[in-house]
Amino acid sequence: MPPPDVILASVLDGLLLGFVYGLAAMGLTLIWGVMEVINLAHGPVITLGMFGLFFLFQELGLHPYLALPLVVVGGLLLGLLIYGVAVHRVLDAPHLSTLLATFSVNMMIIGLGTAAFTTTPRNVDFSLGAVEIGPLRLLGTRVVAALAAVLFTLALYAFLYRTRTGKMVRAVANNRAAAELMGIPSTRILALSFGIGTLLATGAGGLIATLFPFNIFTGGVYELKSFVICVLGGLGNPTGALLGGIILGFIEGFIPPFLPVGWTPVIEFVLFVVILLIRPSGLLGAR
Amino acid sequence: MTDQVILQIEGVTKRFGGLVAVNQVSFEIREGEILGLIGPNGAGKTTLFNVINGVYAPDEGRVIFRGEVISGLPSYEVARKGIARAHQVVRPLNELTVLENVVVGAAYGRRNLPLGEAARVADEVLEFVGLAPKRHLLAGKLNVAEKKRLEMARALAAQPYLILLDEVLAGLNPGEVAAMLDVVRQIRERGITILMIEHLMHAVMNVSDRIVVLDYGSKIAMGTPQEVANDPKVIEAYLGDPKMAQHLLEEQGENEEGGADGHS
Amino acid sequence: MKRLKAPALWTILAAVAVAGIWPLLNRSATLREDMFLILMFVTLASSLNILLGYTGYVNFGHIVFFGLGGYIGFYLISQQGWHLIPAALAAALVTTLLAALMGGAVLRLRGAYFALATLGINEATRAFVTNFKPFGEATGLSLHFSRYQEYGGPASALWFTYALLVIVTLVTLLVSYLVKTSKFGLGLMAIREDEDAAMVLGIHAPRAKTIAFALSAFFPAIVGTLFFFKNGNIEPGDAFRLHMSIEGIVMIMLGGFGTVTGPVIGSAVYERLRGYLLTTPLFKDLQLFFAGMLLLIIILFVPSGFIGWLRERSARLREVLQ
Repeated sequence: MPPPDVILASVLDGLLLGFVYGLAAMGLTLIWGVMEVINLAHGPVITLGMFGLFFLFQELGLHPYLALPLVVVGGLLLGLLIYGVAVHRVLDAPHLSTLLATFSVNMMIIGLGTAAFTTTPRNVDFSLGAVEIGPLRLLGTRVVAALAAVLFTLALYAFLYRTRTGKMVRAVANNRAAAELMGIPSTRILALSFGIGTLLATGAGGLIATLFPFNIFTGGVYELKSFVICVLGGLGNPTGALLGGIILGFIEGFIPPFLPVGWTPVIEFVLFVVILLIRPSGLLGAR
Repeated sequence: MTDQVILQIEGVTKRFGGLVAVNQVSFEIREGEILGLIGPNGAGKTTLFNVINGVYAPDEGRVIFRGEVISGLPSYEVARKGIARAHQVVRPLNELTVLENVVVGAAYGRRNLPLGEAARVADEVLEFVGLAPKRHLLAGKLNVAEKKRLEMARALAAQPYLILLDEVLAGLNPGEVAAMLDVVRQIRERGITILMIEHLMHAVMNVSDRIVVLDYGSKIAMGTPQEVANDPKVIEAYLGDPKMAQHLLEEQGENEEGGADGHS
Repeated sequence: MKRLKAPALWTILAAVAVAGIWPLLNRSATLREDMFLILMFVTLASSLNILLGYTGYVNFGHIVFFGLGGYIGFYLISQQGWHLIPAALAAALVTTLLAALMGGAVLRLRGAYFALATLGINEATRAFVTNFKPFGEATGLSLHFSRYQEYGGPASALWFTYALLVIVTLVTLLVSYLVKTSKFGLGLMAIREDEDAAMVLGIHAPRAKTIAFALSAFFPAIVGTLFFFKNGNIEPGDAFRLHMSIEGIVMIMLGGFGTVTGPVIGSAVYERLRGYLLTTPLFKDLQLFFAGMLLLIIILFVPSGFIGWLRERSARLREVLQ
């Protein structure tokens, strides 16, 4: 049994990361919730968020947290583009079509990204020092990243519940045909929802870039984590995504003191399949 | 028609959450009979069909088919026992041809035929329902009336003992209705027992030997078409639906006039 | 057997046989390596097509059968000293059995949920194998050079493996055709179109789906053993590459979903195209981009694939082209 402060430190680190995972997953789950599309371009979109922040920081010398708003605006525009080009036409086709259409976007982004950025690892060389609480030491960038993830979530909820457009998004998610009958411009709302989903993904990517080195493929790891989180929290449920993220972060922090770190993904993915089988609506979802 | 009972529904109840869709329903169908199942919208008719052919297991009660309890069996086993069904909302296998659709019915139905024989049965059934010229078309390309016929052909191809027809006349024009009714009568002549849900009153009154009326999940009446049409409980059940009540009253008149030649 | 007299079947089998035997005749090692990849993808795509194309279940984890089979076979050869053929067959049987067990559980899920679960299975297996001692953990296993002596040296071991692959490919196509034209296959296609209606028609859907899933696992497992034997080593990253699963789907879509011929044409075209892009300096770095664009164009404009498009032209073509 490892000493308790080692476990605690590891769990806290994991929990902080969990908020960022949750933010990434929220982007995926929102798109599923509104239009029942699993966005297989999610990983590369996260990666683009990383690269966006990296270049604004490295080339333009922007402070990373000032660069973040620019990155997410880019994420929104990217989402609108992806929706228009690849998703809209196949929205009502069988699932295979939307899965493959978004995967084709994945291939295109990775292809262009590999050509443009190569596969060398990048690093946003930036630090905020650490906060010391008793024996615990938390990295400043992680604390800020977790707080930022919470802010994004609050903003998303304010948008969905307090604005007219947000209410339209919820109406379309609930019943697209009925929403159309009520005069809601569903195509625009769907495109916007997709854009917000990619906005959240690039936001998560930007925050992750301040924590770890990355290359063009790194987003794929977070895409898989997002799937696990969505299933934990229930596909289509943004709060569930945040909680699922925290659960995943907890698992990732809790396991390493006890088992070789390589076992973490085994446990994560087995959990993922088991939850899908026994409770496909997620731990939080209604049965 | 014989007096042999082919299907017995015994105290069947099916609930969805708090809603009792089918409530303590009991009746029986005799071999060779055409039994009409009527009732206002939401009376639980289609749910009862789903219980009979194994889509749902009943919460209470049982269904006995040819002396065997079949309630709780999955739908594919019920099909093998000899119950076939034509759905209310047509469900063609769109990317298969009309012929292939019917071959599925024949190959996997009661007799579990190999493909070659199934194809012969399918050909014969397609001829019978008048879809033979369209056999190589994809099922998704048929119009509504043709899809209804396909639904019927697929059920028939299974060579069932009992066929469940769920509103096979809905959405058809008068000419198509008459043609379909002919098909229904001919099915009975082949010795197949028929249980049919129908909204089109004059049709069901005309073709059925007996009628069971459901309202809010419960059986409120059973008897010959004349008996049912004169039953105050039935008229009351339909009062919420003035048009239907009107129909019923008209039927009543017609039945009295034509009562002499009867249907049973 | 009337089904075996279909000209379409023999045309495609003959075409694949000729293409497969060609490198054996002119003894070109580069040609053999090119054909190895194409034939490998033909088997992967054709076997996936049994589940995806005939049954309508989107499996993103098809490659798990290739990887798992590859590992089992490789383990038997390198650690237990088995010969390639029994090792490949044993790997296929074990993988098929595992698939049958897994399928019974996972196939209760439908649509996107099933697709996600298969993705999870692939990742869980990869993560597990990465930590599994007998399979060499993250570094994997490798084959000692001397093990090729049994086959007359490394060069002839490669030719031998290739010849086996040609046979496996032909058998896969024959099985794919027999399934498609059988009563069982008709049942699968009914499930694809409307699973609940299929059950009402008397199709034992849970059993049929599980058999299809297990059957689709058999050939990839053999091919996995052959491929990694040829390579001389196996590691988790190569064995469970999610990307290859999806490429398999792309090949099916390109050639024609749910047809026997489609995956063959799709695999050949896709592999050739990739080869061309990779060797053309202008496109080399962008090959993935172009492959993605091609996929998107197919999805948006020719969703039934090349063979599917032809079959839609007339009832006669539909009958001839399976």
